[in-house]
Amino acid sequence: MEIAVLLKQVPATESMIEISDDGSAIKTEGINWVMNPYDEMAVEEALQIRADTGGTVTVFSLGPEKVAEALRTALAMGADTAVRIDPKGKPLDGLAVAKVLAGELKKGAFDLIVGGHRAVDDDNFQVGPAVAELMSIPHISMVIKQDVADGRIRCTRTIDGGTLVLETTLPALITTQRGLNEPRYASLPGIMKAKKKPIDTRPLSETGTDPGAPMVQILAMRLPPQRKGGRIIEGDRAGDKAVALVKALREEAKVI
Amino acid sequence: MPQGILAVTEQADSALKNISFEVISTGKKLAETTGGPLTAAILGAGVDAMASQAAEYGADRILLADHEGLKDGLADACIQAVAQLVASADPAVVLIGATSLGKDIAARLSARLNAPLAMDCVAVRADGDRIVATRPMYGGKVLADVSLNGSPAIVAIRPRAMEAVAAQGAAGEVETVAVSLDGSTLSLVEKHMETGKIELTEADVVVTGGRGMGGDDFAVVEALAKALGGAVGASRSAVDEGWRPVSDQVGQTGKVVAPNLYIACGVSGAIQHLAGMASSRVVVAINKDPEAPIFSKCDFGIVGDLFDLVPALTAEIEKLKG
Ligand SMILES: Cc1cc2nc3c(=O)[nH]c(=O)nc-3n(C[C@H](O)[C@H](O)[C@H](O)COP(=O)(O)OP(=O)(O)OC[C@H]3O[C@@H](n4cnc5c(N)ncnc54)[C@H](O)[C@@H]3O)c2cc1C
Ligand SMILES: Nc1ncnc2c1ncn2[C@@H]1O[C@H](COP(=O)(O)O)[C@@H](O)[C@H]1O
Repeated sequence: MEIAVLLKQVPATESMIEISDDGSAIKTEGINWVMNPYDEMAVEEALQIRADTGGTVTVFSLGPEKVAEALRTALAMGADTAVRIDPKGKPLDGLAVAKVLAGELKKGAFDLIVGGHRAVDDDNFQVGPAVAELMSIPHISMVIKQDVADGRIRCTRTIDGGTLVLETTLPALITTQRGLNEPRYASLPGIMKAKKKPIDTRPLSETGTDPGAPMVQILAMRLPPQRKGGRIIEGDRAGDKAVALVKALREEAKVI
Repeated sequence: MPQGILAVTEQADSALKNISFEVISTGKKLAETTGGPLTAAILGAGVDAMASQAAEYGADRILLADHEGLKDGLADACIQAVAQLVASADPAVVLIGATSLGKDIAARLSARLNAPLAMDCVAVRADGDRIVATRPMYGGKVLADVSLNGSPAIVAIRPRAMEAVAAQGAAGEVETVAVSLDGSTLSLVEKHMETGKIELTEADVVVTGGRGMGGDDFAVVEALAKALGGAVGASRSAVDEGWRPVSDQVGQTGKVVAPNLYIACGVSGAIQHLAGMASSRVVVAINKDPEAPIFSKCDFGIVGDLFDLVPALTAEIEKLKG
């Protein structure tokens, strides 16, 4: 199996996010950048499939030089090759990212493409299915279990209020959901080896894909209204506190 | 010239889901500025009875895609149907619910039509000729206004973010569109629905248990949720411990919930947890540690042991409801 993994570098989820002075982006100073947690699962799943079926795992990321760190983490986990497409500062929306990635993926002969179901920075939930569409292949989102055999993939995916077991033919694209696996940590020898591996870096202008001007543009960012410290309900016993809370919820907050 | 709005609905058990009414109502409001018509798209098998439900929320026109292949709500069949309905209605704006199915449809539709998409939006308006949508990013830590330049503008709406308001449409003229699903490649092997369980993202009340539950016995929070007609959620720690399924997880890497009332029991209030529940209307925290960060992000707090407080609350609410 030839497997491709799509991965993005994002601010760690514990990051405090601040907005830049012009209001159109976040402040990047002091942010700890990590591999998108759903993409860690994608790398892990690809490695597990490779262990069963043989083949290779190629990781792709579209982003500035810094994202090489996330690609190296994937190599240290065990991926075979890493490709970075450098946008050279060109702004790209979700669909544009998908166009560029699909263009590069078409140059390979991948049986399976694995991505995250969302990146926890832009929360677009878009790139995976859009890549599949642009490659005219099926996709299954939010996968918590998969089996590959005889040119087919069978997946359990989550839906609102339950799960579906779906089957389709390869090549296909799947996106990961929590519960699929526990991503491994890179081993020390893995990290040492990954340091020496080259990263195949491709400037966007040389890929042959013109994603065009972004159709979705951020006009302004703001912080959502913050809750202030709550009112502590006092009382001598649990019962007294319960009475006081229910009264507050009913008479002041009017939610029950 | 594309014009008007297409509101794509979703159904369960032969009835439109709440999100569908939210989507139609959002379309109704948006049409006041963009102009109409407001067309509702209904897809499924044997769906004609649902047309009147869409009309009650103000759809001027209703397009039905009725096909056996749409019975199970599989993403790839639905995408084909929606693409054909869009071609038939030629709208300037496509609104759809950002449910797990709706997100799949929206993402692929955007790529298929080379059209702009704003996912999981909490507000949308027309600003002159362009559509501007508001969407949470960074797990809800930021709200962004984004403009969609291109046609049709596809806006996926977060469940419970918009109000569903019954309204009178022009006539609710119903038209069936013959769709072809020849390109379907997914086959359904099995469908498993958790019966009787209220979906977290749709619940009016969510009662969450965290690591403070101390084990997989969630009886006290389940009883409180039941008394309030709500759903039970869990922190990631409770999920990681194996006490609750992943589908119960609230937070940045779990579900984003926005109930009227959120009650966090034995949850410390980590930033990733807050990201998933910050847009709840009223937040109550129950924690034995007066210094727990959750107390600075709630509306009402009670310091104490949840195993004393939660049953007392349940009893009080049951008394109230008689
Ligand atoms: C990449 C990443 C993604 C994450 N995503 C999420 C996410 O989506 N959702 C999420 O929730 N977390 C997420 N986390 C984890 C998050 O950082 C916290 O670790 C987690 O939310 C803590 O869960 P908790 O509050 O239940 O447990 P703890 O932090 O251990 O808090 C337990 C609380 O219970 C209280 N308590 C104990 N016993 C009692 C009692 N008897 N009565 C009353 N109170 C009691 C304690 O005082 C304490 O405050 C993520 C972390 C990472 C790194
Ligand atoms: N710049 C990128 N480079 C590589 N993969 C990406 C990129 N952006 C998004 N992805 C993939 O698409 C998934 C969904 O991202 P998003 O649509 O941005 O929420 C991620 O989990 C990645 O697998």
